[in-house]
Amino acid sequence: MKKAVITVIGKDRVGIIHGVSGILSEGGVNILDISQTIMQELFTMVMLVDVKHATISFEDLKAKLESKGEELGVKIVICHEDIFNSMHRI
Amino acid sequence: MFSDFEVIETLNMIEKENLDIRTITMGISLNDCADPDPKKAQQKIYDKITRYAKDLVKTGNDIQREFGIPIINKRVSVTPISLVAASSDTDNYVDFAIALDKAAKEIGVDFIGGFSALVHKGFTKGDRILVDSISEALTVTDKVCSSVNIGSTRAGINMDAVKQMGQIVKDLAYRTKDNDCLGCAKLVVFCNAVEDNPFMAGAFLGTGEPECVINVGVSGPGVVKSALEKVKGADFETVAETVKKTAFKITRMGQMVAKEASKRLNVPFGIVDLSLAPTPIVGDSVAHILEEMGLESCGTHGTTAALALLNDAVKKGGVFATSSVGGLSGAFIPVSEDAGMIDAVNAGSLSLEKLEAMTCVCSVGLDMIVIPGDTSASTISAIIADEAAIGMVNHKTTAVRVIPAIGKKEGEVLEFGGLLGHGPIMKVSPFSSEKFIERGGRIPAPLQSLKN
Repeated sequence: MKKAVITVIGKDRVGIIHGVSGILSEGGVNILDISQTIMQELFTMVMLVDVKHATISFEDLKAKLESKGEELGVKIVICHEDIFNSMHRI
Repeated sequence: MFSDFEVIETLNMIEKENLDIRTITMGISLNDCADPDPKKAQQKIYDKITRYAKDLVKTGNDIQREFGIPIINKRVSVTPISLVAASSDTDNYVDFAIALDKAAKEIGVDFIGGFSALVHKGFTKGDRILVDSISEALTVTDKVCSSVNIGSTRAGINMDAVKQMGQIVKDLAYRTKDNDCLGCAKLVVFCNAVEDNPFMAGAFLGTGEPECVINVGVSGPGVVKSALEKVKGADFETVAETVKKTAFKITRMGQMVAKEASKRLNVPFGIVDLSLAPTPIVGDSVAHILEEMGLESCGTHGTTAALALLNDAVKKGGVFATSSVGGLSGAFIPVSEDAGMIDAVNAGSLSLEKLEAMTCVCSVGLDMIVIPGDTSASTISAIIADEAAIGMVNHKTTAVRVIPAIGKKEGEVLEFGGLLGHGPIMKVSPFSSEKFIERGGRIPAPLQSLKN
């Protein structure tokens, strides 16, 4: 796996990007792109990351992000970019 | 990079609208497992399945984790056992079912399909023994599914087989009566069975299929329903267009998962089955899609037209999204597995007769329908014959999976739990078909011209 998409959805607060990027840099995951918006009154952040040189397994990364999400009161999802590629790009 | 909207749309489909991959089914040919000694044949079958499919469940779970798309079932389909066991010197195939069951449990799959026989034109020795073994085999095993093809457009309907299948369904219900007659949920009677179906209970690996193959069945009635909610009151072109676009997106997921599973398991990709397969949870119902089109309750007048549009649009959208379509492909209308169908039966708007009409335009047939326990075997046979006639004349697959609820009557409920749901017991005609079924023989294949 090379690229993954991280999505953060929830109530905006201080420290969301800090919390997520901290886990990523610890795990050797490079951030390629970030976009942020308010959608349906919810803070929505979509991050494209490169996990090719990650020092952490995908499973552990997923677990860490999910628990960070709980801590911050937001929902954090990470999945392989191909799921979006297949659905939205021909 | 994707737009935020696209990312959120996909995640919403999965989280809120129950989009999932219903099954990854590995087809395994057992042609080379035949042996005059049944014990040896059974050992070969067990060894081959556990060797080929040893990583199937793990791979499915890995894909689910990495891609974030739920993969509900991991299954195996095999060559019809009537063919594999035919050269073994035995007059009972129950031990073959036990070997399949053991293998399925060892590799951790949900179900294994292929305790099957194709008898649309007549019985071989192996077919005969297999059909005679079905009741016991499905009673003593947990994971094994069975199917029998009793008719086809080219061969007509084998009414001797239809007669016997009615008796078997009844017998199986009796044998499993302490377990909600669950045996009958594992048995399908087909007309025009397909060789690459990944869905249970009717999955088997046909004789034209390769050594080993990955077939994937997608789902997502909830996603279609949500999409239609956004075009309330629009005309039918808009409805069809919306269903097509949604089916395209759903199927692309199936294609991706199928390709990924095929690559990781090093097994060729076979087909994606473009089916809308409901589950009993709210928001995952085919009936609710039909109601969204403007019907007060599924089963009322207009239901067949609505289903025809849905079924066709799902195929049109899906065909473009995958390199290879197959299986049953279309909308499933199992009663006990669909919250909206159950409500419609309870409300009195959906009858067995209407369901039969609906099967003329949808992908399979009378599926997961609970009937009164005192329904006679000949009436069950007659239900099978009617459904097979629809398939035979219309060049389509039809199937019957009915469950006689032993000890229960119309209006009561049979609980299966899990994906099989619960079924309100439906009314069958009180008039006899006994003498009709008693005739036996074969209904000739229909004329292919002079279509009216």
